[in-house]
Amino acid sequence: MFPRPIQTLSPTAQWAYKIALPVMLILWLLPLIGVAMTSVRPSSDLAAGNYFGWPSALAFDNYITVFKNTALDKYLLNSFKVTIPTVIGAVGLSCLTGFALAVYKFKANLLLFFMFVAGNFVPFQILMVPVRDLTVHLGLYNTISGLALFHIAFQTGFCTLFMRNFIKALPFDLIEVARVEGVSEWQIFRHVVMPLMRPAIAALSVLIFTFIWNDYFWAMVLTTGADTQPITAGLNSLNGQWIAAWHLVSAGSILAALPPVIMFFAMQRHFIAGLTLGAVK
Amino acid sequence: MTLSPNSITAPRKRRSRQALAPWLFLAPGLAMFLVYVIVPVFQSMWVSFFDWDGLSPKTWVGIANYIELIDDEAFYTSLKNNVIWLALYMLAVPAGLMIALFLNQTVRGIRIYKSLFFFPFVISQVVVGLIFSWFYAPDFGLLYKLIEWLTGSQVAILADEHLVTYGIIAAGLWPQIAYCMILYLTGLNAVAPDQIEAARLDGAKGWKMLWYVVLPQLRPATFIALVVTVIGALRSFDLVSIMTSGGPYGSSRVLSYYMYEQALSEYGYRMGYGAAIAVVLFAIMMIFISGFIWKMWRDEQGAR
Repeated sequence: MFPRPIQTLSPTAQWAYKIALPVMLILWLLPLIGVAMTSVRPSSDLAAGNYFGWPSALAFDNYITVFKNTALDKYLLNSFKVTIPTVIGAVGLSCLTGFALAVYKFKANLLLFFMFVAGNFVPFQILMVPVRDLTVHLGLYNTISGLALFHIAFQTGFCTLFMRNFIKALPFDLIEVARVEGVSEWQIFRHVVMPLMRPAIAALSVLIFTFIWNDYFWAMVLTTGADTQPITAGLNSLNGQWIAAWHLVSAGSILAALPPVIMFFAMQRHFIAGLTLGAVK
Repeated sequence: MTLSPNSITAPRKRRSRQALAPWLFLAPGLAMFLVYVIVPVFQSMWVSFFDWDGLSPKTWVGIANYIELIDDEAFYTSLKNNVIWLALYMLAVPAGLMIALFLNQTVRGIRIYKSLFFFPFVISQVVVGLIFSWFYAPDFGLLYKLIEWLTGSQVAILADEHLVTYGIIAAGLWPQIAYCMILYLTGLNAVAPDQIEAARLDGAKGWKMLWYVVLPQLRPATFIALVVTVIGALRSFDLVSIMTSGGPYGSSRVLSYYMYEQALSEYGYRMGYGAAIAVVLFAIMMIFISGFIWKMWRDEQGAR
Protein backbone atom coordinates (compact mmCIF):
# COMPACT_ATOMS: atom_id res chain seq x y z
CA MET A 1 0.00 0.00 0.00
CA PHE A 2 1.18 3.50 -0.79
CA PRO A 3 1.65 5.70 1.10
CA ARG A 4 2.77 3.58 4.05
CA PRO A 5 -0.21 2.73 6.32
CA ILE A 6 -0.48 5.26 9.11
CA GLN A 7 -0.80 2.40 11.64
CA THR A 8 2.87 1.51 11.10
CA LEU A 9 4.00 5.02 12.08
CA SER A 10 4.54 6.52 15.52
CA PRO A 11 1.52 7.34 17.74
CA THR A 12 2.26 11.06 17.32
CA ALA A 13 2.00 10.76 13.54
CA GLN A 14 -1.24 8.86 13.94
CA TRP A 15 -2.66 11.60 16.13
CA ALA A 16 -1.50 14.27 13.72
CA TYR A 17 -3.25 12.46 10.88
CA LYS A 18 -6.45 12.15 12.86
CA ILE A 19 -6.46 15.88 13.49
CA ALA A 20 -5.38 16.80 9.96
CA LEU A 21 -8.28 14.91 8.38
CA PRO A 22 -11.15 17.03 9.71
CA VAL A 23 -9.14 20.25 9.43
CA MET A 24 -8.40 19.62 5.76
CA LEU A 25 -12.00 18.66 5.13
CA ILE A 26 -13.33 21.87 6.66
CA LEU A 27 -10.89 23.96 4.62
CA TRP A 28 -11.80 22.04 1.49
CA LEU A 29 -15.53 22.52 1.98
CA LEU A 30 -15.28 26.04 3.42
CA PRO A 31 -17.17 27.78 0.59
CA LEU A 32 -19.93 25.20 0.79
CA ILE A 33 -20.18 25.38 4.57
CA GLY A 34 -20.41 29.15 4.30
CA VAL A 35 -23.28 28.94 1.86
CA ALA A 36 -25.09 26.31 3.92
CA MET A 37 -24.85 28.57 6.97
CA THR A 38 -25.98 31.60 5.01
CA SER A 39 -29.02 29.68 3.83
CA VAL A 40 -30.34 29.37 7.40
CA ARG A 41 -29.35 32.88 8.47
CA PRO A 42 -32.18 35.33 9.12
CA SER A 43 -32.03 38.35 6.81
CA SER A 44 -31.75 40.56 9.90
CA ASP A 45 -28.33 39.00 10.55
CA LEU A 46 -27.15 39.99 7.10
CA ALA A 47 -28.47 43.50 7.56
CA ALA A 48 -26.62 43.75 10.89
CA GLY A 49 -23.38 42.62 9.27
CA ASN A 50 -23.30 39.23 10.93
CA TYR A 51 -21.98 37.30 7.95
CA PHE A 52 -19.73 34.70 9.52
CA GLY A 53 -20.71 34.47 13.16
CA TRP A 54 -23.15 31.92 14.42
CA PRO A 55 -26.63 32.71 13.01
CA SER A 56 -28.70 34.46 15.68
CA ALA A 57 -31.49 32.02 14.92
CA LEU A 58 -31.97 29.16 12.50
CA ALA A 59 -34.12 30.67 9.80
CA PHE A 60 -35.48 27.70 7.92
CA ASP A 61 -38.17 30.02 6.64
CA ASN A 62 -35.63 31.19 4.06
CA TYR A 63 -36.45 27.92 2.34
CA ILE A 64 -40.17 28.52 2.68
CA THR A 65 -39.77 32.05 1.33
CA VAL A 66 -37.90 30.74 -1.67
CA PHE A 67 -40.73 28.34 -2.46
CA LYS A 68 -43.50 30.85 -1.81
CA ASN A 69 -42.14 33.86 -3.66
CA THR A 70 -40.55 32.27 -6.66
CA ALA A 71 -41.14 29.60 -9.26
CA LEU A 72 -38.47 27.41 -7.69
CA ASP A 73 -40.86 24.50 -7.31
CA LYS A 74 -41.68 24.68 -11.03
CA TYR A 75 -38.02 24.74 -11.95
CA LEU A 76 -37.32 21.73 -9.75
CA LEU A 77 -40.21 19.81 -11.28
CA ASN A 78 -38.98 20.68 -14.78
CA SER A 79 -35.57 19.33 -13.87
CA PHE A 80 -37.09 15.99 -12.96
CA LYS A 81 -39.19 16.02 -16.11
CA VAL A 82 -36.10 16.46 -18.26
CA THR A 83 -33.75 14.24 -16.29
CA ILE A 84 -35.78 11.07 -15.76
CA PRO A 85 -36.79 10.49 -19.41
CA THR A 86 -33.22 11.24 -20.46
CA VAL A 87 -31.82 8.62 -18.10
CA ILE A 88 -34.30 6.01 -19.35
CA GLY A 89 -33.81 6.95 -23.00
CA ALA A 90 -30.03 7.18 -23.09
CA VAL A 91 -29.40 4.10 -20.97
CA GLY A 92 -31.98 2.10 -22.94
CA LEU A 93 -30.61 3.06 -26.35
CA SER A 94 -27.04 2.42 -25.30
CA CYS A 95 -27.85 -1.08 -24.03
CA LEU A 96 -28.72 -1.83 -27.65
CA THR A 97 -25.82 0.02 -29.30
CA GLY A 98 -23.32 -1.24 -26.73
CA PHE A 99 -24.48 -4.80 -27.28
CA ALA A 100 -24.16 -4.41 -31.05
CA LEU A 101 -20.64 -3.02 -30.87
CA ALA A 102 -19.40 -5.47 -28.25
CA VAL A 103 -20.79 -8.74 -29.61
CA TYR A 104 -20.78 -8.54 -33.42
CA LYS A 105 -17.78 -8.43 -35.67
CA PHE A 106 -18.41 -6.31 -38.74
CA LYS A 107 -16.41 -3.90 -40.80
CA ALA A 108 -17.72 -0.58 -39.54
CA ASN A 109 -17.63 -1.67 -35.89
CA LEU A 110 -14.57 0.20 -34.61
CA LEU A 111 -15.30 3.19 -36.82
CA LEU A 112 -18.78 3.54 -35.34
CA PHE A 113 -17.46 3.03 -31.83
CA PHE A 114 -14.92 5.80 -32.21
CA MET A 115 -17.56 8.02 -33.76
CA PHE A 116 -19.60 7.68 -30.56
CA VAL A 117 -16.50 8.36 -28.47
CA ALA A 118 -15.40 11.39 -30.47
CA GLY A 119 -18.90 12.87 -30.67
CA ASN A 120 -19.08 12.68 -26.92
CA PHE A 121 -16.06 14.98 -26.58
CA VAL A 122 -17.02 17.78 -28.99
CA PRO A 123 -17.60 21.26 -27.58
CA PHE A 124 -21.31 21.97 -27.20
CA GLN A 125 -21.01 25.21 -29.11
CA ILE A 126 -20.33 23.44 -32.41
CA LEU A 127 -23.75 21.81 -32.04
CA MET A 128 -25.61 24.83 -30.76
CA VAL A 129 -26.81 26.60 -33.91
CA PRO A 130 -27.97 23.50 -35.85
CA VAL A 131 -29.53 21.80 -32.81
CA ARG A 132 -31.45 24.92 -31.88
CA ASP A 133 -32.57 25.29 -35.48
CA LEU A 134 -33.65 21.64 -35.66
CA THR A 135 -35.55 21.94 -32.39
CA VAL A 136 -37.35 25.07 -33.64
CA HIS A 137 -38.29 23.28 -36.89
CA LEU A 138 -39.63 20.28 -35.00
CA GLY A 139 -41.84 22.67 -33.06
CA LEU A 140 -40.10 21.63 -29.86
CA TYR A 141 -38.31 24.85 -29.01
CA ASN A 142 -38.99 25.82 -25.41
CA THR A 143 -40.49 22.43 -24.57
CA ILE A 144 -39.28 19.85 -22.11
CA SER A 145 -39.37 17.11 -24.74
CA GLY A 146 -37.15 19.16 -27.06
CA LEU A 147 -34.52 19.48 -24.37
CA ALA A 148 -34.81 15.83 -23.30
CA LEU A 149 -34.55 14.56 -26.90
CA PHE A 150 -31.26 16.33 -27.41
CA HIS A 151 -29.91 15.07 -24.08
CA ILE A 152 -30.89 11.48 -24.92
CA ALA A 153 -29.09 11.68 -28.25
CA PHE A 154 -25.96 13.29 -26.86
CA GLN A 155 -25.64 11.07 -23.79
CA THR A 156 -26.01 7.99 -25.98
CA GLY A 157 -22.39 8.63 -27.01
CA PHE A 158 -20.96 8.33 -23.52
CA CYS A 159 -23.32 5.51 -22.56
CA THR A 160 -22.39 3.50 -25.64
CA LEU A 161 -18.71 3.80 -24.78
CA PHE A 162 -19.42 2.56 -21.29
CA MET A 163 -21.83 -0.25 -22.22
CA ARG A 164 -19.70 -1.58 -25.03
CA ASN A 165 -16.65 -1.87 -22.79
CA PHE A 166 -18.73 -3.46 -20.07
CA ILE A 167 -20.29 -6.09 -22.33
CA LYS A 168 -16.94 -6.78 -23.95
CA ALA A 169 -15.60 -7.83 -20.55
CA LEU A 170 -18.41 -10.37 -20.03
CA PRO A 171 -17.66 -14.05 -20.73
CA PHE A 172 -18.36 -14.52 -24.44
CA ASP A 173 -18.93 -18.28 -24.05
CA LEU A 174 -22.38 -17.59 -22.68
CA ILE A 175 -23.43 -16.04 -25.97
CA GLU A 176 -21.76 -18.81 -27.96
CA VAL A 177 -23.54 -21.52 -26.03
CA ALA A 178 -26.87 -19.77 -26.49
CA ARG A 179 -26.24 -19.46 -30.23
CA VAL A 180 -25.47 -23.15 -30.56
CA GLU A 181 -28.72 -23.84 -28.74
CA GLY A 182 -30.46 -21.87 -31.45
CA VAL A 183 -31.53 -18.95 -29.31
CA SER A 184 -32.36 -15.89 -31.43
CA GLU A 185 -30.14 -12.81 -31.26
CA TRP A 186 -32.84 -10.75 -29.57
CA GLN A 187 -33.42 -13.46 -26.97
CA ILE A 188 -29.68 -13.61 -26.32
CA PHE A 189 -29.68 -9.88 -25.71
CA ARG A 190 -32.80 -9.97 -23.59
CA HIS A 191 -32.20 -13.08 -21.49
CA VAL A 192 -28.46 -13.75 -21.54
CA VAL A 193 -26.77 -10.36 -21.61
CA MET A 194 -29.31 -7.96 -20.07
CA PRO A 195 -29.40 -9.69 -16.66
CA LEU A 196 -25.62 -9.32 -16.44
CA MET A 197 -25.77 -5.62 -17.29
CA ARG A 198 -27.49 -4.53 -14.10
CA PRO A 199 -24.41 -2.98 -12.49
CA ALA A 200 -23.63 -1.05 -15.67
CA ILE A 201 -27.21 0.17 -15.92
CA ALA A 202 -27.15 1.32 -12.30
CA ALA A 203 -23.81 3.10 -12.73
CA LEU A 204 -24.88 4.90 -15.88
CA SER A 205 -28.25 5.87 -14.45
CA VAL A 206 -26.82 7.73 -11.47
CA LEU A 207 -24.15 9.34 -13.59
CA ILE A 208 -26.49 10.52 -16.34
CA PHE A 209 -28.95 11.72 -13.73
CA THR A 210 -26.25 13.96 -12.27
CA PHE A 211 -24.98 15.17 -15.65
CA ILE A 212 -28.42 16.12 -16.91
CA TRP A 213 -29.63 17.58 -13.64
CA ASN A 214 -26.58 19.82 -13.64
CA ASP A 215 -26.80 20.82 -17.30
CA TYR A 216 -27.00 24.55 -17.78
CA PHE A 217 -25.88 25.32 -21.31
CA TRP A 218 -28.59 23.42 -23.18
CA ALA A 219 -31.24 24.63 -20.79
CA MET A 220 -30.24 28.18 -21.73
CA VAL A 221 -30.19 27.43 -25.46
CA LEU A 222 -33.36 25.37 -25.84
CA THR A 223 -35.72 26.75 -23.20
CA THR A 224 -36.86 30.08 -21.79
CA GLY A 225 -39.07 30.86 -18.83
CA ALA A 226 -40.29 29.12 -15.71
CA ASP A 227 -42.65 26.76 -17.53
CA THR A 228 -39.88 24.81 -19.17
CA GLN A 229 -36.52 25.76 -17.67
CA PRO A 230 -34.81 23.38 -15.28
CA ILE A 231 -33.42 24.48 -11.94
CA THR A 232 -29.93 25.41 -13.18
CA ALA A 233 -31.26 27.98 -15.63
CA GLY A 234 -33.89 28.94 -13.07
CA LEU A 235 -31.24 29.72 -10.46
CA ASN A 236 -29.54 31.98 -12.96
CA SER A 237 -32.64 34.09 -13.46
CA LEU A 238 -33.52 34.06 -9.76
CA ASN A 239 -29.98 35.22 -9.03
CA GLY A 240 -30.71 38.23 -11.22
CA GLN A 241 -33.88 39.00 -9.24
CA TRP A 242 -32.39 38.49 -5.81
CA ILE A 243 -29.52 40.90 -6.01
CA ALA A 244 -27.72 40.78 -2.67
CA ALA A 245 -30.38 38.60 -1.03
CA TRP A 246 -27.74 36.02 -0.30
CA HIS A 247 -29.78 34.07 2.21
CA LEU A 248 -32.27 33.32 -0.58
CA VAL A 249 -29.62 32.61 -3.21
CA SER A 250 -27.99 30.19 -0.79
CA ALA A 251 -31.22 28.41 0.05
CA GLY A 252 -32.00 28.05 -3.66
CA SER A 253 -28.52 26.73 -4.37
CA ILE A 254 -28.74 24.13 -1.64
CA LEU A 255 -32.12 22.95 -2.92
CA ALA A 256 -30.78 22.70 -6.47
CA ALA A 257 -27.78 20.69 -5.28
CA LEU A 258 -29.77 18.28 -3.15
CA PRO A 259 -31.14 15.69 -5.63
CA PRO A 260 -27.78 14.76 -7.21
CA VAL A 261 -26.16 14.75 -3.77
CA ILE A 262 -28.78 12.34 -2.42
CA MET A 263 -28.35 10.23 -5.54
CA PHE A 264 -24.61 10.17 -5.02
CA PHE A 265 -24.75 9.10 -1.40
CA ALA A 266 -27.40 6.49 -2.07
CA MET A 267 -25.53 4.88 -4.95
CA GLN A 268 -21.94 5.86 -4.32
CA ARG A 269 -20.27 2.69 -5.49
CA HIS A 270 -22.12 2.69 -8.81
CA PHE A 271 -21.44 6.37 -9.28
CA ILE A 272 -17.70 5.96 -8.93
CA ALA A 273 -17.63 2.85 -11.12
CA GLY A 274 -19.30 4.95 -13.79
CA LEU A 275 -16.97 7.91 -13.48
CA THR A 276 -13.81 5.91 -13.84
CA LEU A 277 -15.28 4.53 -17.09
CA GLY A 278 -14.47 1.12 -15.71
CA ALA A 279 -10.97 1.68 -17.08
CA VAL A 280 -9.27 1.93 -13.70
CA LYS A 281 -10.29 -1.14 -11.83
CA MET B 1 -12.89 -12.03 -29.31
CA THR B 2 -13.88 -13.85 -32.49
CA LEU B 3 -16.91 -15.73 -33.63
CA SER B 4 -16.59 -19.42 -33.03
CA PRO B 5 -16.23 -21.97 -35.84
CA ASN B 6 -19.86 -22.87 -35.17
CA SER B 7 -21.06 -19.73 -36.82
CA ILE B 8 -19.22 -20.70 -39.98
CA THR B 9 -20.76 -24.13 -40.24
CA ALA B 10 -24.17 -22.87 -39.14
CA PRO B 11 -26.92 -22.59 -41.76
CA ARG B 12 -26.77 -19.62 -44.07
CA LYS B 13 -29.94 -18.12 -42.62
CA ARG B 14 -28.26 -17.91 -39.24
CA ARG B 15 -25.27 -16.11 -40.72
CA SER B 16 -27.26 -13.53 -42.61
CA ARG B 17 -29.26 -12.93 -39.48
CA GLN B 18 -26.03 -12.29 -37.61
CA ALA B 19 -24.97 -9.82 -40.26
CA LEU B 20 -28.20 -7.89 -39.99
CA ALA B 21 -28.59 -8.06 -36.21
CA PRO B 22 -25.98 -5.43 -35.22
CA TRP B 23 -27.61 -2.87 -37.49
CA LEU B 24 -31.01 -3.48 -35.99
CA PHE B 25 -29.59 -3.05 -32.50
CA LEU B 26 -27.71 0.07 -33.57
CA ALA B 27 -30.45 1.74 -35.58
CA PRO B 28 -32.34 3.83 -32.97
CA GLY B 29 -29.30 5.04 -31.00
CA LEU B 30 -27.19 5.62 -34.07
CA ALA B 31 -29.94 7.56 -35.83
CA MET B 32 -30.41 9.91 -32.86
CA PHE B 33 -26.69 10.40 -32.45
CA LEU B 34 -26.22 11.18 -36.14
CA VAL B 35 -29.10 13.65 -36.25
CA TYR B 36 -28.25 15.50 -33.05
CA VAL B 37 -24.45 15.27 -32.84
CA ILE B 38 -22.56 14.19 -35.95
CA VAL B 39 -24.53 16.03 -38.64
CA PRO B 40 -24.71 19.30 -36.64
CA VAL B 41 -20.90 19.45 -36.50
CA PHE B 42 -20.82 19.69 -40.29
CA GLN B 43 -23.85 21.96 -40.42
CA SER B 44 -22.06 24.39 -38.10
CA MET B 45 -19.06 24.41 -40.41
CA TRP B 46 -21.41 25.17 -43.30
CA VAL B 47 -23.26 27.92 -41.41
CA SER B 48 -19.94 29.59 -40.57
CA PHE B 49 -19.72 30.69 -44.21
CA PHE B 50 -22.98 32.61 -43.99
CA ASP B 51 -24.38 35.75 -42.51
CA TRP B 52 -27.50 34.59 -40.70
CA ASP B 53 -29.75 35.89 -37.92
CA GLY B 54 -31.49 32.55 -37.48
CA LEU B 55 -34.74 33.59 -39.12
CA SER B 56 -34.35 35.33 -42.47
CA PRO B 57 -32.62 33.55 -45.38
CA LYS B 58 -28.87 32.99 -45.06
CA THR B 59 -26.47 35.11 -47.09
CA TRP B 60 -23.28 33.49 -48.36
CA VAL B 61 -20.26 35.50 -47.23
CA GLY B 62 -17.47 32.98 -47.86
CA ILE B 63 -14.69 33.26 -45.33
CA ALA B 64 -15.69 36.78 -44.25
CA ASN B 65 -16.59 35.59 -40.75
CA TYR B 66 -13.12 34.13 -40.29
CA ILE B 67 -11.48 37.28 -41.63
CA GLU B 68 -13.49 39.30 -39.14
CA LEU B 69 -12.21 37.03 -36.36
CA ILE B 70 -8.62 37.96 -37.18
CA ASP B 71 -9.27 41.59 -36.27
CA ASP B 72 -11.59 40.90 -33.36
CA GLU B 73 -10.08 42.01 -30.07
CA ALA B 74 -12.70 40.10 -28.06
CA PHE B 75 -11.85 36.90 -29.92
CA TYR B 76 -8.21 37.18 -28.86
CA THR B 77 -9.14 37.87 -25.27
CA SER B 78 -11.31 34.75 -25.27
CA LEU B 79 -8.62 32.66 -26.93
CA LYS B 80 -6.01 33.88 -24.47
CA ASN B 81 -8.33 33.06 -21.57
CA ASN B 82 -8.90 29.57 -22.97
CA VAL B 83 -5.15 29.01 -22.97
CA ILE B 84 -4.94 30.18 -19.34
CA TRP B 85 -7.84 27.88 -18.45
CA LEU B 86 -6.18 24.94 -20.11
CA ALA B 87 -2.80 25.56 -18.47
CA LEU B 88 -4.12 26.15 -14.96
CA TYR B 89 -6.72 23.40 -15.13
CA MET B 90 -3.85 20.94 -15.46
CA LEU B 91 -3.09 21.66 -11.81
CA ALA B 92 -6.14 19.58 -10.99
CA VAL B 93 -4.26 16.40 -11.92
CA PRO B 94 -1.34 16.65 -9.43
CA ALA B 95 -3.59 18.28 -6.81
CA GLY B 96 -6.06 15.42 -7.13
CA LEU B 97 -3.22 12.95 -6.76
CA MET B 98 -1.98 14.69 -3.61
CA ILE B 99 -5.39 14.56 -1.95
CA ALA B 100 -5.82 10.94 -3.01
CA LEU B 101 -2.48 10.05 -1.40
CA PHE B 102 -3.51 11.91 1.72
CA LEU B 103 -6.76 9.98 1.93
CA ASN B 104 -5.43 6.56 0.95
CA GLN B 105 -5.40 5.17 4.49
CA THR B 106 -7.56 2.74 6.38
CA VAL B 107 -8.63 4.59 9.49
CA ARG B 108 -12.10 4.76 10.98
CA GLY B 109 -14.55 6.81 8.93
CA ILE B 110 -12.21 7.29 6.00
CA ARG B 111 -14.91 6.34 3.52
CA ILE B 112 -17.05 9.24 4.64
CA TYR B 113 -14.08 11.57 4.32
CA LYS B 114 -13.48 10.35 0.79
CA SER B 115 -17.09 10.99 -0.21
CA LEU B 116 -17.14 14.40 1.40
CA PHE B 117 -13.95 15.40 -0.41
CA PHE B 118 -15.63 14.31 -3.61
CA PHE B 119 -18.69 16.43 -2.87
CA PRO B 120 -17.86 19.48 -5.04
CA PHE B 121 -17.98 17.38 -8.19
CA VAL B 122 -21.56 16.26 -7.59
CA ILE B 123 -23.07 19.73 -7.34
CA SER B 124 -23.80 21.64 -10.52
CA GLN B 125 -21.40 24.24 -11.83
CA VAL B 126 -24.16 26.81 -11.50
CA VAL B 127 -24.22 26.22 -7.75
CA VAL B 128 -20.40 26.16 -7.61
CA GLY B 129 -20.43 29.50 -9.42
CA LEU B 130 -22.90 31.00 -6.96
CA ILE B 131 -20.95 29.62 -4.01
CA PHE B 132 -17.73 31.21 -5.22
CA SER B 133 -19.44 34.48 -6.13
CA TRP B 134 -20.49 34.63 -2.52
CA PHE B 135 -16.98 33.62 -1.40
CA TYR B 136 -15.43 36.47 -3.43
CA ALA B 137 -18.17 39.04 -2.87
CA PRO B 138 -16.89 42.50 -1.91
CA ASP B 139 -17.62 43.70 1.64
CA PHE B 140 -18.87 40.42 3.05
CA GLY B 141 -17.35 37.55 1.05
CA LEU B 142 -15.31 35.15 3.13
CA LEU B 143 -12.22 35.36 0.96
CA TYR B 144 -12.56 39.12 0.58
CA LYS B 145 -12.61 39.50 4.35
CA LEU B 146 -9.71 37.12 4.73
CA ILE B 147 -7.54 39.06 2.28
CA GLU B 148 -8.54 42.33 3.92
CA TRP B 149 -7.62 40.94 7.32
CA LEU B 150 -4.28 39.52 6.13
CA THR B 151 -3.06 42.33 3.87
CA GLY B 152 -5.31 45.27 4.59
CA SER B 153 -6.09 45.71 0.90
CA GLN B 154 -9.54 45.35 -0.59
CA VAL B 155 -9.67 43.08 -3.59
CA ALA B 156 -12.88 42.50 -5.51
CA ILE B 157 -11.68 39.57 -7.57
CA LEU B 158 -14.62 39.31 -9.94
CA ALA B 159 -14.59 43.04 -10.71
CA ASP B 160 -10.88 43.17 -11.47
CA GLU B 161 -10.00 42.70 -15.14
CA HIS B 162 -6.68 41.10 -14.33
CA LEU B 163 -7.85 38.73 -11.62
CA VAL B 164 -11.28 37.73 -12.77
CA THR B 165 -10.26 34.81 -15.00
CA TYR B 166 -8.09 33.36 -12.26
CA GLY B 167 -10.92 33.70 -9.79
CA ILE B 168 -13.26 31.75 -12.05
CA ILE B 169 -10.63 29.10 -12.78
CA ALA B 170 -10.13 28.60 -9.03
CA ALA B 171 -13.85 27.93 -8.74
CA GLY B 172 -13.61 25.45 -11.62
CA LEU B 173 -10.61 23.70 -10.12
CA TRP B 174 -12.56 22.88 -6.98
CA PRO B 175 -14.80 20.21 -8.56
CA GLN B 176 -12.13 19.22 -11.09
CA ILE B 177 -9.62 18.37 -8.35
CA ALA B 178 -12.31 16.29 -6.68
CA TYR B 179 -12.83 14.38 -9.92
CA CYS B 180 -9.11 13.68 -10.38
CA MET B 181 -8.89 12.66 -6.73
CA ILE B 182 -11.54 9.98 -7.14
CA LEU B 183 -9.84 8.66 -10.27
CA TYR B 184 -6.56 8.33 -8.38
CA LEU B 185 -8.18 6.81 -5.30
CA THR B 186 -9.65 4.08 -7.47
CA GLY B 187 -6.30 3.70 -9.20
CA LEU B 188 -4.39 3.44 -5.93
CA ASN B 189 -6.65 0.58 -4.91
CA ALA B 190 -5.38 -1.41 -7.85
CA VAL B 191 -1.66 -0.77 -7.28
CA ALA B 192 0.05 -4.12 -6.74
CA PRO B 193 1.05 -4.35 -3.03
CA ASP B 194 3.86 -6.86 -3.64
CA GLN B 195 5.65 -4.45 -5.97
CA ILE B 196 5.47 -1.73 -3.36
CA GLU B 197 6.81 -4.10 -0.70
CA ALA B 198 9.60 -5.25 -3.01
CA ALA B 199 10.58 -1.67 -3.77
CA ARG B 200 10.45 -0.88 -0.08
CA LEU B 201 12.88 -3.71 0.66
CA ASP B 202 15.16 -2.20 -1.97
CA GLY B 203 15.09 1.03 0.03
CA ALA B 204 12.76 3.06 -2.20
CA LYS B 205 10.58 5.57 -0.39
CA GLY B 206 8.86 8.93 -0.61
CA TRP B 207 9.13 10.76 -3.93
CA LYS B 208 11.27 8.08 -5.54
CA MET B 209 8.74 5.40 -4.72
CA LEU B 210 5.94 7.61 -6.02
CA TRP B 211 7.71 8.50 -9.24
CA TYR B 212 9.26 5.17 -10.21
CA VAL B 213 6.93 2.59 -8.70
CA VAL B 214 3.49 4.04 -8.04
CA LEU B 215 2.95 6.51 -10.88
CA PRO B 216 3.72 4.02 -13.67
CA GLN B 217 0.99 1.80 -12.22
CA LEU B 218 -1.40 4.74 -12.11
CA ARG B 219 -1.11 5.44 -15.82
CA PRO B 220 -4.69 4.53 -16.77
CA ALA B 221 -5.95 6.88 -14.05
CA THR B 222 -3.63 9.65 -15.19
CA PHE B 223 -4.80 9.24 -18.77
CA ILE B 224 -8.47 9.58 -17.88
CA ALA B 225 -7.70 12.47 -15.51
CA LEU B 226 -5.93 14.31 -18.33
CA VAL B 227 -8.76 13.65 -20.78
CA VAL B 228 -11.51 14.89 -18.48
CA THR B 229 -9.45 17.89 -17.41
CA VAL B 230 -8.70 19.06 -20.95
CA ILE B 231 -12.33 18.61 -21.93
CA GLY B 232 -13.46 20.39 -18.78
CA ALA B 233 -11.15 23.35 -19.41
CA LEU B 234 -12.30 23.82 -23.00
CA ARG B 235 -15.96 23.33 -22.10
CA SER B 236 -15.89 26.04 -19.43
CA PHE B 237 -19.08 27.98 -19.94
CA ASP B 238 -21.32 27.66 -16.91
CA LEU B 239 -19.00 29.37 -14.45
CA VAL B 240 -18.21 32.30 -16.74
CA SER B 241 -21.90 32.78 -17.46
CA ILE B 242 -22.97 32.58 -13.82
CA MET B 243 -20.15 34.47 -12.16
CA THR B 244 -19.42 37.36 -14.52
CA SER B 245 -21.32 37.00 -17.82
CA GLY B 246 -17.92 37.48 -19.43
CA GLY B 247 -17.25 40.79 -17.67
CA PRO B 248 -15.88 43.16 -16.54
CA TYR B 249 -15.57 44.62 -20.06
CA GLY B 250 -15.47 41.15 -21.58
CA SER B 251 -12.21 40.34 -19.83
CA SER B 252 -13.31 36.93 -18.56
CA ARG B 253 -14.84 35.65 -21.80
CA VAL B 254 -13.78 32.30 -23.14
CA LEU B 255 -14.48 31.03 -26.67
CA SER B 256 -17.48 28.96 -25.62
CA TYR B 257 -19.07 31.97 -23.93
CA TYR B 258 -18.17 34.44 -26.65
CA MET B 259 -19.74 32.13 -29.21
CA TYR B 260 -22.97 31.97 -27.23
CA GLU B 261 -22.96 35.72 -26.81
CA GLN B 262 -22.54 36.36 -30.53
CA ALA B 263 -25.09 33.79 -31.63
CA LEU B 264 -27.85 34.34 -29.08
CA SER B 265 -27.37 37.58 -27.22
CA GLU B 266 -29.44 40.70 -26.99
CA TYR B 267 -27.01 42.38 -29.38
CA GLY B 268 -28.61 40.43 -32.19
CA TYR B 269 -28.34 36.90 -33.43
CA ARG B 270 -25.15 36.41 -35.42
CA MET B 271 -25.39 32.66 -36.03
CA GLY B 272 -22.78 32.61 -38.79
CA TYR B 273 -20.18 34.47 -36.78
CA GLY B 274 -20.95 32.37 -33.73
CA ALA B 275 -20.56 29.21 -35.78
CA ALA B 276 -17.14 30.42 -36.98
CA ILE B 277 -16.01 30.85 -33.36
CA ALA B 278 -17.36 27.38 -32.56
CA VAL B 279 -15.39 25.94 -35.48
CA VAL B 280 -12.19 27.43 -34.05
CA LEU B 281 -12.97 25.95 -30.63
CA PHE B 282 -13.80 22.64 -32.26
CA ALA B 283 -10.47 22.68 -34.13
CA ILE B 284 -8.58 23.20 -30.87
CA MET B 285 -10.55 20.41 -29.22
CA MET B 286 -9.97 18.14 -32.24
CA ILE B 287 -6.21 18.22 -31.61
CA PHE B 288 -6.84 16.62 -28.23
CA ILE B 289 -9.70 14.36 -29.33
CA SER B 290 -7.62 12.83 -32.11
CA GLY B 291 -4.82 12.23 -29.62
CA PHE B 292 -7.18 10.38 -27.25
CA ILE B 293 -8.77 8.40 -30.05
CA TRP B 294 -5.37 7.44 -31.41
CA LYS B 295 -4.33 6.10 -28.01
CA MET B 296 -7.60 4.22 -27.52
CA TRP B 297 -7.29 2.81 -31.04
CA ARG B 298 -3.80 1.51 -30.25
CA ASP B 299 -5.05 -0.09 -27.03
CA GLU B 300 -7.89 -1.71 -29.00
CA GLN B 301 -5.41 -3.17 -31.50
CA GLY B 302 -3.30 -4.44 -28.62
CA ALA B 303 -6.32 -6.11 -27.02
CA ARG B 304 -7.05 -8.21 -30.08
